Amino acid sequence: MSDFPVFFLHGLAYGGLLFLVSAGLTLVFGMMNVLNFAHAAMYMLGAYFSYTILRMTGQFWLSLMICPLLLFVIGAVIERFLLRRVHVFGHVHELLLTFGLAYIITEVVKWVWGNFPLAVNVGGFLGGTVEIFGITYPLYRIFIFASAALVGIMMALILYRTRLGIILRAAVNDSEMVNALGFNVPLVFMGVFAFGAALSGFAGVIAGPLLSTYPGMANEILIDAFVVIVVGGFGSLGGAVVASLIIGELQSFGVLLFPKLSLALVYLLMSVVLIIKPSGLFGEKQ
Amino acid sequence: MLEVKDIHSFYGKSHILQGVSMALKEGELVCLLGRNGVGKSTTLKSIMGLVKPSEGSIRFNEQELIGKRPYEVARLGVGYVPEDRRIFRSLTVHENLLMGIRNGAKKGGWTIERVYEQFPQLKQRRENKGGHLSGGEQQMLTVARTLMGDPKLILVDEPTEGLAPLIVKEVLEMLAAVRSSGVTVLMVEQNFKASIKVADRFYIMGKGHMVFDGDTEALLAAEEIRRNYLEV
Ligand SMILES: Nc1ncnc2c1ncn2[C@@H]1O[C@H](COP(=O)(O)OP(=O)(O)OP(=O)(O)O)[C@@H](O)[C@H]1O
Ligand SMILES: [Mg+2]
Repeated sequence: MSDFPVFFLHGLAYGGLLFLVSAGLTLVFGMMNVLNFAHAAMYMLGAYFSYTILRMTGQFWLSLMICPLLLFVIGAVIERFLLRRVHVFGHVHELLLTFGLAYIITEVVKWVWGNFPLAVNVGGFLGGTVEIFGITYPLYRIFIFASAALVGIMMALILYRTRLGIILRAAVNDSEMVNALGFNVPLVFMGVFAFGAALSGFAGVIAGPLLSTYPGMANEILIDAFVVIVVGGFGSLGGAVVASLIIGELQSFGVLLFPKLSLALVYLLMSVVLIIKPSGLFGEKQ
Repeated sequence: MLEVKDIHSFYGKSHILQGVSMALKEGELVCLLGRNGVGKSTTLKSIMGLVKPSEGSIRFNEQELIGKRPYEVARLGVGYVPEDRRIFRSLTVHENLLMGIRNGAKKGGWTIERVYEQFPQLKQRRENKGGHLSGGEQQMLTVARTLMGDPKLILVDEPTEGLAPLIVKEVLEMLAAVRSSGVTVLMVEQNFKASIKVADRFYIMGKGHMVFDGDTEALLAAEEIRRNYLEV
């Protein structure tokens, strides 16, 4: 198994990316009870926006800052003007809305950028390699893992060390009660949804150079992200961390050990977890 | 201070409140009695903005509450202590109390220190998760959490439900103390015998509307009403 370090590092990188996508998804679900099917579509938008910005400026870091901002605004608008209106009609309508949005975004992407894969290169310093575990490894994949770790640490600090974090965790338990205690919960929801969208945009920028940028990329990651939040436990950030790493490694070593079965392994894991602990590894209720 | 006039509230198509009216003066402790399912909780939720009445008016210190959202009602100085307590399970006792502090509502009234003085049990359990408290402790915590927001009026829904008799007494004494500190209290109760010791005035609700309004003496005299509208 001389390939072990390579596959391990691949797993970390993909796990990091998965975390960036599923953190927003699980946060929005935990708080608003909305399983956002459009989440991965917003991730894809991030990747395409980044493609265009890179074409225009060649500045990866610039893109990494601008795309999340754009997605933040898009997320805020979706929450404020679409999701909030549909909310009174119940979860099924919210689900259908996000489903429809995913379709629309995908069609718009095909229409604007074309229905074929686009190549995105980071170039520069991040495009280089490093020596690690006695192998030469692409720096970019390490960068992915490091950014995911950074984002995870920042989110944990906000959630567990600030007053805003207390409000957010309370809203996961019982948002109506938070409202009755005098907090503008609709505004909190908009902020959380927009933040989730920004995170997915960030993930999209990062995914561009790693995976290919094409209209099917949303559905491709959506399945893995859903598995992550089911395995980790709906609404649990810690669960998302652990499950992302497990799925990342499973996907990576799955390809090495059972090339034909790597996707099945993911479902197998999900089934086992659901049988043993239906609320997920770190889930609380239901 | 609070004037509810002829409100009608619905859950979907079921017409729950069919013209409820009541009024509270500042400093009173008023108890709302009535059988299961007549709409007592719905009355409190309507005041709080958690249920939106389709008709009528609710005035709090001359402000119309209908149409306001719960957080706006809370910011005007109305505290809500719900039926099932609704402690934030995964937050510690201390964090639950911090959640009671409203943005920009620092008037030097209730502080964490004062709450811990008043409720020593909560201080002992400050680092425990809300979900791990006993029923009595949860009731203390939910009231204390609401007090942290310095409300002028608190709406308390069945604070003694499911508690042992000794704790019931403690909780009612606590509410009397809260009233003495200058907070007006509207309390929903099933436990008529216990509430009679602390309340100034009573309302009794029949299905969807009020059937009685009076003080302790009047309530004790109104045998017929008690027989028809309260569980014995
Ligand atoms: N969310 C809801 N959806 C539909 N119907 C409801 C809902 N909540 C309460 N009801 C119904 O409305 C009626 C009044 O309920 P409410 O909770 O106000 O009664 P209550 O007087 O507080 O009773 P209890 O003493 O049991 O708490 C009941 O018939 C109840 O079944
Ligand atoms: Mg009730």
